[in-house]
This record gives sequence, structure tokens and C-alpha cells, in this order.
Amino acid sequence: MKAEPAVSHRSALPLAGAALVILLGFALVPLFAGTYQTQLLTYGLIAAIAALGFNLLLGYTGLLSFGHSAYFGMGAYIVAFLAEDFGLHSMEGYILIGLPVTAILSALFGYICVRHTRIFFGILTLALSQVLWSLAFKFFWVTGGSDGLRIPRPTLLGGLVDFTGPGAFVRFINVYYYYVLAVFAICVVVMWVIVHSPFGKALQAIRDNEVRARFLGLRIRRFRWIAFLISGTFTGLAGILWAPLNGLATPDVLYWTFSGEIVFTALLGGFRNFTGPILGGIVFTYLKTYAVATTEYWQLLLGVVLVLLVLVLPTGIVGALTSLATRFKAREKS
Amino acid sequence: MILLKTVNLRKQFGETKACDGLDFIVSKGEFLSLVGSNGAGKTTLVNLISAHLQPDSGQILFEDRDITFMSVTDRIKAGIARSFQIVNLFDGLSVFDNVALSIFAREGKTVKIAALADHDQDVRDESFDVLGQFGLTSKSAVPAGGLAQGERKLLDVAVAYALRPKLLFLDEPTSGVSTREKTQIMDTVSSVVRAGTVTAVVIEHDMDVVFRYSDRIVMMHEGRFLADGTPEEIKANTEVANILLGAPLTA
Amino acid sequence: MTILTIQILNSLLYASVLFLISAGLSLIFGVMRIVNMAHGTLYAIGAFVTAWLVGRALALGVSLGWLFLLLPVGAVVVALIGFVIEPLLLRPFYRRAEEYQLLVTFGLLLILEDVVRLIWGGTPLSADTLMDALPSVRVGGLVYPGYNFVVIAVGAAAALALWLVIYRTRFGVMLRATSQDRRMAAALGINVSLVYVSAFAIGCFMAGLGGAIVVPTQAAVLGMGIDALILAFVVVVIGGLGSLQGALVGALIVSLVRTAGIQFFPELELAILYLIAAVVLLVKPTGLFGEA
Repeated sequence: MKAEPAVSHRSALPLAGAALVILLGFALVPLFAGTYQTQLLTYGLIAAIAALGFNLLLGYTGLLSFGHSAYFGMGAYIVAFLAEDFGLHSMEGYILIGLPVTAILSALFGYICVRHTRIFFGILTLALSQVLWSLAFKFFWVTGGSDGLRIPRPTLLGGLVDFTGPGAFVRFINVYYYYVLAVFAICVVVMWVIVHSPFGKALQAIRDNEVRARFLGLRIRRFRWIAFLISGTFTGLAGILWAPLNGLATPDVLYWTFSGEIVFTALLGGFRNFTGPILGGIVFTYLKTYAVATTEYWQLLLGVVLVLLVLVLPTGIVGALTSLATRFKAREKS
Repeated sequence: MILLKTVNLRKQFGETKACDGLDFIVSKGEFLSLVGSNGAGKTTLVNLISAHLQPDSGQILFEDRDITFMSVTDRIKAGIARSFQIVNLFDGLSVFDNVALSIFAREGKTVKIAALADHDQDVRDESFDVLGQFGLTSKSAVPAGGLAQGERKLLDVAVAYALRPKLLFLDEPTSGVSTREKTQIMDTVSSVVRAGTVTAVVIEHDMDVVFRYSDRIVMMHEGRFLADGTPEEIKANTEVANILLGAPLTA
Repeated sequence: MTILTIQILNSLLYASVLFLISAGLSLIFGVMRIVNMAHGTLYAIGAFVTAWLVGRALALGVSLGWLFLLLPVGAVVVALIGFVIEPLLLRPFYRRAEEYQLLVTFGLLLILEDVVRLIWGGTPLSADTLMDALPSVRVGGLVYPGYNFVVIAVGAAAALALWLVIYRTRFGVMLRATSQDRRMAAALGINVSLVYVSAFAIGCFMAGLGGAIVVPTQAAVLGMGIDALILAFVVVVIGGLGSLQGALVGALIVSLVRTAGIQFFPELELAILYLIAAVVLLVKPTGLFGEA
């Protein structure tokens, strides 16, 4: 009889239970919060999806990308093109077509970037996303230039819910919230499986010790490329969800500062664990909304907080909470 | 049966000839210790065989196949594995995951992205097996970065061993560990060699360990082989003893 | 033929400025192993400070001759900023993982970009009086601004000066020793902290100088920093990070391509540059003169 030792074979049950409770909490929000808050939280969930995708690359593969705005923006613009040039209004259509497109972009950019060391990697991701941004500006007759492209309200689930008539806006906001919440839940589960799969373990090994990983026979570049692909696609999905809510696709979401915001959300929540980026995405959305309303120089504020975070709280909110909890538990025992 | 053979293997770093035309032979199932002063070329030899370095000239044959230009990945698939002199672990992963990853890599299961790593029963069982053999079971949930030095060395060897190689190179597996841990490491390696599953080549400086465990001792000096024989033969070799200890060993 | 000469001169002008920025970036990386993400913004600050000083001086009625002395002032201001930044924001991170260093300089980028907007607002600042102060030169049948030759000269002089400092002075030896092996250098008695802050300040000076000498030819605008940063990145990718020759050669290549690109394919000029960078990376991943 083999002795089962001290490995915490983390039984999925309590974890799933907690997740379900949190999901329920999210589901109840529109019933108590107003339309504005619901809309804000929708943006928060979208940011969380983007951050989740981004962190597969940073937290789990050890690659810091400064160009994730490229995939978010691509997702947003794909929706705009489909709406404007093809008259497509189905949200499912946007996702079905947008996902492969952002995947291809991620694959292409990823192929170029992962061939290089950490530092060149960062530089290349930034440079490539700026190329995309400058293209959006230069080809203004296609992309609407700095004015951007309008995106009319989409149809969800084939027009199941009617968004016409009185109270349409409120109805749309509420239904769209649940739609995004559902996609968010799926994304969380998918990402959770990915990072806990043998593939995910291999990524972390490569992150921790590239040499040793190579001496286990792992093909480093290929793993990094696939991680990049998945990461960009998740962020692209966030962009796809964002566009109809925002109603407008502008080059801002392709600009480097937006990449900085994505980086910030992962750092804020804590990039060394799974839930950090989720929390970071949601919290950041609220912080940004209030900061932008308060000061014109909110980019300065973002930069200062970023530096402070790196100096003082490098493990982010979740990291800090976890170490506090451990310290508390230790004190209780003694 | 000859497992590994090098033919006139050469590697030079500037003026220094780390490997000066080496014809190295390893027979299947033996426990071989590679000894010599620092800079004799031992690690370079291992680096060449494990594809960490490319030779300047010469051939490397493994099971009669020419692997001189084979990649790291292919050599591992062929059955060569190594541990490192400076411990090389996945500090962010648990002890269990470190070993499990080795097995996943070996089995080609690292492509699996839609299944949970913890749910693979075969890998779990084998991981616990290996951990047990190396006495690390109680530490399985601990992150590798949090282990004591001796345990890290054990884990380093365990990770290489979990690849179930035919030929295992250990680069100073007992340096910087306590006597008890030395015994544990060497006992384990010795037992798996005895069990017929692995051929081991160990770079070592601790002569007690070398004499106690080795079937065969090969001594290197300035890129060349100086002596090659059983522990008894080496002990009787005064020239070797002079270099190693500065004085002949008492019979 | 004349037009070709003009184009070449324009390339040299552009290369001069690009070299200053890229050499600074490369120097900082070569010595400290840090990619200064805020480097382009420091170039922008050099431009803005200089333009602003020129404007103020003109308002005060200072004669044109003296105005030229203001050019290095812009560079010195940026160098001083570097002197403050290094010990304050960079030093705490040398022992930490690479990501944190990148994040800090990225945060600095965000901060400085907004600081520029805060101080000088959204309107472009120009210093073209300086440019007009110098007589035009006849090139073939056409007229070419004399000031442009000043820019080219400054770039060439800076390249020479930098080479002299790095390879012919004791300080240069210390720089090179520290960049090879920081701990060894410290063991040999070199004051590594001083070397670091000096290297950083010199790098910043170069960037600021680039901005200072370029602003008479083109107004300082918001966003010029990030554009410069991207181009400097392309230069060091092509030339190799940490190499002086790399910065020079890379700057020349990038400017030539850009000038040609603007002439023939205005929309794709950036794309062509990236294509070249991509090709170089495929063939020699560390750049033409870079170390592994």
C-alpha cells in the first residue's frame, strides 16, 4: 500500500466551491448596483480577462511584454470592421471571427519575439505594437484614424433579447454584463486548466530555469511561442468584448500606454499567482475611472504608482494578502 | 557491452586544452568515477557528451550511434541525462512538480494542455516512487527554492534520474553536503546502478566516496587520461597516488 | 545629383541625432545592463528645455550668438536629471530580477512623458530662430540650411569624443571593466556606484544633446520621445546593444532607409525598417556588433 505523503493534492472541491460563491456574488451585482456600476464592472471583467491572458506570459512563462495593446486593439478593430464593412452585428460572429484573427496576429508577433532574450523580447513587443498603432493612423481611410470607428449595439445570442424600445440601454447593459460574466467564467476555467496542466508546469519550469528545462529535453522556443499565442488570444478576446460596450474603436487601445495599463493590472494584483491579475484588472478599472475624473495627468499618477508598487509591493495585492495571511497563521500557532 | 565511446575528442579554450584527444569508454551497468584536480577537463568532457558544448574535433558514439552533432533534446531521447555542479532546479515549483516534470518531459506529455497535471496517476505514482528512493517524500509539497542545500542536491540528481536515462552523468553530486547526505545520495545512485537500470558516471572530489562506490575510476589531468582502473588498481598506482595525495597510499 | 546630395545630407543629419540617442541607450545598457525605457523621453526633454530656453532668451533680447551656448545647456539639464534618477530609482533594483528594472524604467517613461505635458502643455515649441541664424549653403543648384551641417558635425564630434573617452581614458577603462564584470571591478577598487551614475548621466547627456540640436530643425512636440525610442530600439537591434560602432552603423542604416522610404513609400517607411531589423535578427540575433 503506497503511502500518500505530504503533497497537498489540492482537492478541486473547496476551490470550485469558493469560485462558485464568487461567481454567484458577481451574478447578483446588477440587482443591487445601478446601471453605471454594472457597466463599470463589465469593463473590470474585460480588463481581468486581458490581464489573465497577459499574465500567462509574465507570471507563468517569465516573459514581460510591453506590447499587448496590439492584440486588444486588433480584437476591437476586427469588431469595428465586421460591423462597418460587413454589416455583421452578431456578438458570436465577432468572437468566432475575431479570435482566430487575434490568434494569427499573436502567432506572428510571437514568432518574431520569442526568438530573443528577455530584453530584446520586451523591446520587440513594444516596437511591434507601435507599428500596428502607426498603421491604424496612417491608413485612416480604413481605420477612421484618430476619430476611430463606431460600433453599433450588437445582437447577443442571435437576438434572443430585444434591445429596442424604452429602457433598451439599461437592458443592454444588464444583459451584456451577464454575457461578459459568462465568457469571463469560461476564460478563468480554461486558463486555470492550462496553468495546471503538464504544459503549464513546463512553462513554469522554463521560467524558473531555462538551462535545466532544456536538459529535460523541452523545446524552449516552442513552449514560449505557444504561451505567447494563447496570451495574445485571451487579450484579443478582451478587446472583442470591449468594443461593443465602448461603442467606438480608437487607436488609443493600440498605443503603448495602454500596454502599460495591462502590465500595471498584473503588477497591481500580483503576477506570481493566478487570481492576482483578475483582482488587478477589476481594481484598476475602478482606480482609473476615478483617477481620470480627478486629474488630467493621470498617466503621471499611473507611473508613480507603478514605481511605488515595484519598490514596495512587488507581489501585488494578492501577494501581500497571502503573506499577511501566512504570518497571521504562524502567529496564531505560536 | 560498450555504452558510450568517444574517439579522439578535443576541446580547447584559447590556449587551454580541456580535452586533448580523449578516447573515453563507458561500459553498460558500471559505476564510474571521474576524478582529477580542478581544471583537469572533467566537466568539459561531460559538457561535450551532454551537448552543453560542441567539440572542436572528434566523435562521440552512443550505443554505436554517432551522436556528435545531435541536439540536446535528441541526446536526452537517446538516453543521456545529467545533473549539474551548481544545483539547477525549478525553484518556483514544488519538489514533487520538479520530479513530475522530468517524467512528463520524458513521456512527451508536456504538450498536454487540456488535462490537469495532478490527475495523471501514472506520473504521480512514479514521482512518489522516485521521491521515496531519494528520501524526499516528506518534502514533496515544499517549493524547491525552499530546500536545504543537501536536499537540493538530492533533488537535482532525482530530477536527472527521473528521466530514466541509460547513461547518467552526475557533476559533483556530493559537494557542499553533509556526510549523511553524501551517503544517501551515493547509496541511492549505487542501488539504481546495481538494479541494472542506469549506468552512472560521477565527477567527484571526495576520494572516500570514490573508492567506496566505484566499479571503475578514471583520472584526468590537463585534458588527458592519467589512469583507468578498479579502485584496487588505482590504489596500487603510485604515480596516481602522488598526484592525488602527494604520497603513496598505504596498502 | 543635387537632390541625391541633399538626401544624403538629410540622412546624415538624421543619423547624427539618432546616433546620439542610441549611443546613450547602448552605453547605459553596456555598463549597467539596463534598458532605459525612458530614454526617448529624455531626448524629448532635451528638445523642450532647449526650445524653451531659446524662447525665453529671445524674449529677453539676448543676441543670437549667445543662443548657441544654450544648446549644451539642454543636454546638461537632462544629464542632471539622470544624476538624480539613477541613485533614486535604479539603484534599489540592481539585485532584483530583470523584470523589475524594466518595469521601473517603464514607470519612469509614463511619469516623464506626462511631466513634459505638464510643464510645456500640448503646443509644439520651436527654436527655428537658431536655425535661421546660420546662413544657407549652396549645394549644387539648391540651397541647404547651414545649421544642418552643425548637427552633422556635433554628431560626428560626439562619436569621436565618446570613442576617445571609452578607449583612451582611465575613466573609460573603469567603464569597460565595470561593464565586463561588476563584482571584479569592485574588488579591484573601482567605485562601481560612481561609474554607474556617471555612465547613466553620460547616456542621458547624449539623449538630451540629441534633442537639443534637433529642435532648431523641427519643433518639440508631444510623442516625439516615444517615436525616438522606437527608432533607437531599431538602431540597437540592428547594430547590437552595448556597442558604440553598432550605434553608429545602425543609425546610418536606419536613417538611409528612412530617407529612402519617405521618398518612395511614405506609409511603409516604418514597416521597411522593421523588415530590416527582422532580417538582421534572423541572421545575427545579437545585432551586427552585439555581444552574445
